[in-house]
Amino acid sequence: MGGLLMMGARFNPSPGLNGPKPKLSDYAFFSGSLADLEPAPGVFPYEVNAPLFSDYAEKARFIYLPEGASMTYRDSAAFDFPNGAVIIKNFFYPHDAARPEKGRRILETRLLLKEEKGWKALEYIWNAGQTDALLEVAGATFPVAWLDASGKKQSLQYVAPNLNQCKGCHSYDGKFVPLGINARQLNRTESAENQLLRWQKARKISLPENFTPDSAPRLADYRITNHQSTNHQSAARAYLDANCGHCHNPHGPASTSGMFLDVFENDPERLGVNKTPVAAGRGSGDRKFGIVPGKPSESILVFRMESDDTGIRMPELGRQLAHKEGLELIKAWIKEMK
Amino acid sequence: MQRLLFIFNCLFFTHILSAQADIEKQLQTRLILAQDGDVVELPAGTIALSNTLWLDAKNNITIRGAGQDKTVLSFKNQKQGAEGIKVTNAENIVLENFTIEDSKGDLIKTQAVKGLAFRDITARWNGAPKETNGAYALYPVQCQNVRIERCTAIGASDAGIYVGQSDSVWVTKCYAKNNVAGIEIENTTNAWVFENFAAYNTGGVLVFDLPDLPKKRGGHVKVWKNKIVQNNFKNFAPKGNIVGKVPPGTGVMILATNDVEVCDNFILDNKTASTAIVSYFITENPIKDKSYNPYPSAIYIHDNVFSEGKRSPTLKNKMGILFRLKFGRKVPHILYDGIQNSDWLAADGSVKPEYRICIRNNENGTFANIRADKIGLFKGDISKDLKPYDCEHHSLFSNR
Repeated sequence: MGGLLMMGARFNPSPGLNGPKPKLSDYAFFSGSLADLEPAPGVFPYEVNAPLFSDYAEKARFIYLPEGASMTYRDSAAFDFPNGAVIIKNFFYPHDAARPEKGRRILETRLLLKEEKGWKALEYIWNAGQTDALLEVAGATFPVAWLDASGKKQSLQYVAPNLNQCKGCHSYDGKFVPLGINARQLNRTESAENQLLRWQKARKISLPENFTPDSAPRLADYRITNHQSTNHQSAARAYLDANCGHCHNPHGPASTSGMFLDVFENDPERLGVNKTPVAAGRGSGDRKFGIVPGKPSESILVFRMESDDTGIRMPELGRQLAHKEGLELIKAWIKEMK
Repeated sequence: MQRLLFIFNCLFFTHILSAQADIEKQLQTRLILAQDGDVVELPAGTIALSNTLWLDAKNNITIRGAGQDKTVLSFKNQKQGAEGIKVTNAENIVLENFTIEDSKGDLIKTQAVKGLAFRDITARWNGAPKETNGAYALYPVQCQNVRIERCTAIGASDAGIYVGQSDSVWVTKCYAKNNVAGIEIENTTNAWVFENFAAYNTGGVLVFDLPDLPKKRGGHVKVWKNKIVQNNFKNFAPKGNIVGKVPPGTGVMILATNDVEVCDNFILDNKTASTAIVSYFITENPIKDKSYNPYPSAIYIHDNVFSEGKRSPTLKNKMGILFRLKFGRKVPHILYDGIQNSDWLAADGSVKPEYRICIRNNENGTFANIRADKIGLFKGDISKDLKPYDCEHHSLFSNR
């Protein structure tokens, strides 16, 4: 038993400039009351085209760049970041999704820090009083409840990831990488203003000379779905890229499966069409192929997106509830497939 | 100290539930913060875990229990994660001396690990073997230099010991029972499978090369001095999985792999196919992977002991039914599907020496080429003549 006690040794933040800080407030990313998430100088918000589904949690995303430093644009991989940069993602549920003015509960803040040796993840869990968030390496599980957009009460045991689980998704050839900080996610125009061009003006990013939003990669915003449409291709591929492609690509943790769902995959077989599973076990749901064109109900992909069983569901991490809207989109896409 | 321990024990028992959660958190924290060279001890007792224990990007770490009968990691009430233990992107990792059971997915998965040992581990699903058990008990994938020694794997709905897309592997002195596949070597090169006991599975030892995988080609697999006995258990794999096609009563199956030597084994009382050498076509799955070779080649089956008993093929599988129709209750021990790559034939129609199937000097080793080459099983005339296969290949590793 003594051994066990010793095992519980406290996590001591290592000293030095880059050491993890025990509290989120220690970084001074936000000014004023922390829970308002008002960005301090050097911190600015970003939006993505195709978000990752996380049990209907909403996210407030920010980037911090050291003074005078900027990002470098890349066409397909993640942008290059200067050392000292931090990507900040806050997860929250509004108390009432139909009435956001009633406030929210922030659950966790995930930081990705660009250091000399590469990217590092840190996880901060917010306290009940919403005054600060504390560093937690082993993750946490706690109950949350909220009213969804239709006024229905939802609740679940929320799981904040441990640091290894972060890398379960954030991995390229075994190295830690950011996700979603790439051209196809950030090349986004809202209110007639392109996000990347705005950052260029503010000298936060260097873009290639010939950059134009229309010629650069861009994922469809799958949330804006035209239900009358008979072509769900671009929305579905954007959804799969954001929700599955970080693992299911030739350099990701799910490369073992031979099923690749990133937006660059053009081979129908590797996308799962009439492809037999490799190591799915009961995840196959007694279905024969990943995707059966025209038949969503015979496709393993749909079975695993529908399941809430931890041994079956996909993605493996970060989801307990089925994503109703995402499922409808993928089913429609498979249905119209020839 | 005594007194302190006493107080601690009282606290421990009054808060046993939260204590379990604390142990889980402590273990996971310990794994995340582990330093090069650390030994992470798993305490004795049954530890209930709700989430995968995960070790990532570490070198020279040992995870050690107090013994297979003392430390039991139970994932019966697992809420998160698909595996029991997961080790990724690591070097020189030892897992030893514990029992792990009842995870929702695989029991121990290791991916991209160089230098890996599983020793004295029992990995099992309790209760009657069933489709809802996880796929693999011990599951190294994309690993190098793997040793699996003195481990026991029970109840996997795919394979008890499954080595996939790996290189340089030993599986030895292990016991696999009541799995669909006892031991499976898949798209893996340089594997030695020796002195194991594979019994009461659907199939005892499988050596497979499958299409559509990043690691394209396995081969150089030697299976020797194993006891492969009574693998007649019902096939309880969920549909869609390749092992779901394995007929109950399979001893050894070599599928589309090159350079496989099977020797000095006792292959006893496997009722449908004591040893089968088959191409991927036998699965009737489509092949779209153009770089994939669906034919077995350079196979050498020699000096094994087969039994006279239990040779009445299963009626629970299409292949088994065909065997029963053709062979009645005396199915030959060694079956070859006869499907040949035409590129491998010499001018006189014989198979070039380096690709041949060689079968020699087996005790009770009766044989049939079931001639699936004529499009569909048994469309050609069955040949029981061993003469075309009376040849040898260089022994893969000089153990003899």
